[in-house]
Amino acid sequence: MARALSPRRLWLTTAAAWFVALLIFFPVLWMILTSFKTEPSAVAMPPQFLSADWTLENYAEVWARSDYPRFFWNSVVIAVGSTLLGLVIAIPSAWAMAFVPGRKTKDLLMWMLSTKMMPAVAVMIPLYLIFQRLGLMDTKIGLVLVLMLMNLPIIIWMLYTYFKEIPGEILEASRMDGATLWGEIIHVLTPMALPGIASTMLLNIILAWNEAFWTIVLTTTRAAPLSAFIASFSAPQGLFYAKLSAASAMAILPILILGWFSQKQLVRGLTFGAVK
Amino acid sequence: MGKIQLTRVRKSFGEVDVIPGIDLTIEDGEFVVFVGPSGCGKSTLLRLIAGLEDTTSGSIEIDGRDATNLPPAKRGLAMVFQSYALYPHMTVRRNIAFPLKMAGMDKAEQDRRVERAAKVLNLTNYLDRRPGQLSGGQRQRVAIGRAIVREPAAFLFDEPLSNLDAALRVGMRQEISELHQSLKTTMIYVTHDQVEAMTMADKIVVLNAGRIEQVGAPLDLYNHPKNLFVAGFIGSPRMNFIEGPEAAKHNAHTIGIRPEHIAVGEGPWEGVVGLSEHLGSDSFLKVAVEGIGPLTVRAPGEVNAHHGDRIRLAPAGKIHRFDTNGLAL
Repeated sequence: MARALSPRRLWLTTAAAWFVALLIFFPVLWMILTSFKTEPSAVAMPPQFLSADWTLENYAEVWARSDYPRFFWNSVVIAVGSTLLGLVIAIPSAWAMAFVPGRKTKDLLMWMLSTKMMPAVAVMIPLYLIFQRLGLMDTKIGLVLVLMLMNLPIIIWMLYTYFKEIPGEILEASRMDGATLWGEIIHVLTPMALPGIASTMLLNIILAWNEAFWTIVLTTTRAAPLSAFIASFSAPQGLFYAKLSAASAMAILPILILGWFSQKQLVRGLTFGAVK
Repeated sequence: MGKIQLTRVRKSFGEVDVIPGIDLTIEDGEFVVFVGPSGCGKSTLLRLIAGLEDTTSGSIEIDGRDATNLPPAKRGLAMVFQSYALYPHMTVRRNIAFPLKMAGMDKAEQDRRVERAAKVLNLTNYLDRRPGQLSGGQRQRVAIGRAIVREPAAFLFDEPLSNLDAALRVGMRQEISELHQSLKTTMIYVTHDQVEAMTMADKIVVLNAGRIEQVGAPLDLYNHPKNLFVAGFIGSPRMNFIEGPEAAKHNAHTIGIRPEHIAVGEGPWEGVVGLSEHLGSDSFLKVAVEGIGPLTVRAPGEVNAHHGDRIRLAPAGKIHRFDTNGLAL
């Protein structure tokens, strides 16, 4: 039952929620506004919230100076590829952990999660050398692999949580009905956990899309995704805030649109099991 | 065909022996009920037969073929679960057809069998609904439908009626019995409800702490319980047990007399009525009998005895005699 709020409290909590939301959104808003300013007004002191001379020139120049479609395509391949590969590995793993747990399953889950607490830079040198020896530097497959590995603990954890909600008797029924292990996973488990799998997929696409450490360290030109595209605008000639903002806006726009259209699914998936 | 033979079947979970070793033969076409109190191992035994649990040792033969290490799908058995275990994302039609699809049966034959099962179970109008849109009884029928289309060697039922309300339970009980009469397929049915056991079974297997206490026809168990456990478990209300001088008169350590085998009126026993329940068809009395202790009495029809009344009672039926080990004499 929701608690009834007095009008005064309702007003206060609404105002607080708006304040927090604006605070979180402000950098994005500032970036978008800056992307339409000229370079001088972008760095003007004191900062100008609204500019006197709006322009689309930054976008035109960013578009002309770099091969945006290639970066975009690399981002799509890397984000979607690493997520799909992660799901293919994580679904059977989470199935095993949820339905035939061993004595060490909980420890294993904790250990997997603990790898996410390690700073990525700690494995940079070994991973860099491995990539170099295997010829994976600046390849999309290399990035798909590394981002899949980075996000695998999260994918498995999320799927494990969703799978735990599915009654074991239904899977047993499918076994009695003649389903093989794969039949059980494909025909029964996956469709039943589809909302959870969809939100896991969305969240991981977003995480992989926004990943900016490995994508910059392990790529130069061929496989570079949009995060590297942004970074390339902060390079040798110095910082051009307006162009950098335009590049950033172009890089985050696709994922922002995806997030906007899937927000219902994302929220539903993330609160799955928490709200009955 | 569905003869099932269990030989020294043992199951332990870690250090705990849930089933210390069971030998049992279930003949083809029999309706066998496993009955016993909670935690007696009856569901575990069913799951061992189904293949959903691995045996620790011993063997399970189905139709003369060793099935001990076969996966559930290869045993040719169908199971109906307590929770129905329907696939919520599939329509009733797809739920019932699922085992046929897994068996790789062609679509036309699948449809034919689903239609036939739906007709038998009165589900024809619900074939395109999802399980979430059905009542408890209808869901249970879908679960049964999914089991019968496979034409299995035997049906396994794991407390299938315990989620239904009382009225529906009686109806479904009769439906399952009728189904057994028409299909003549072996059925193994687990329940803790002895009314279900008595009314449905050809053969009852009474389990206690993972051991078989007695196997026999329902009335066999009622009339000739082998020991105190079976005597107390079969029959409702449970049998009265009397020890001491009254038992010694019958050369026994303990005597048992069923509540329906005690007559109210004249007789050697005198006591005061504690609780009295009048159902119209029967009257149930709890009577504190001097020198014996509390006895439960079930008298047919209306009996004019109420709380605090002094009444006389007489044994009016079989007196069961047991030795110091609780075994029938």
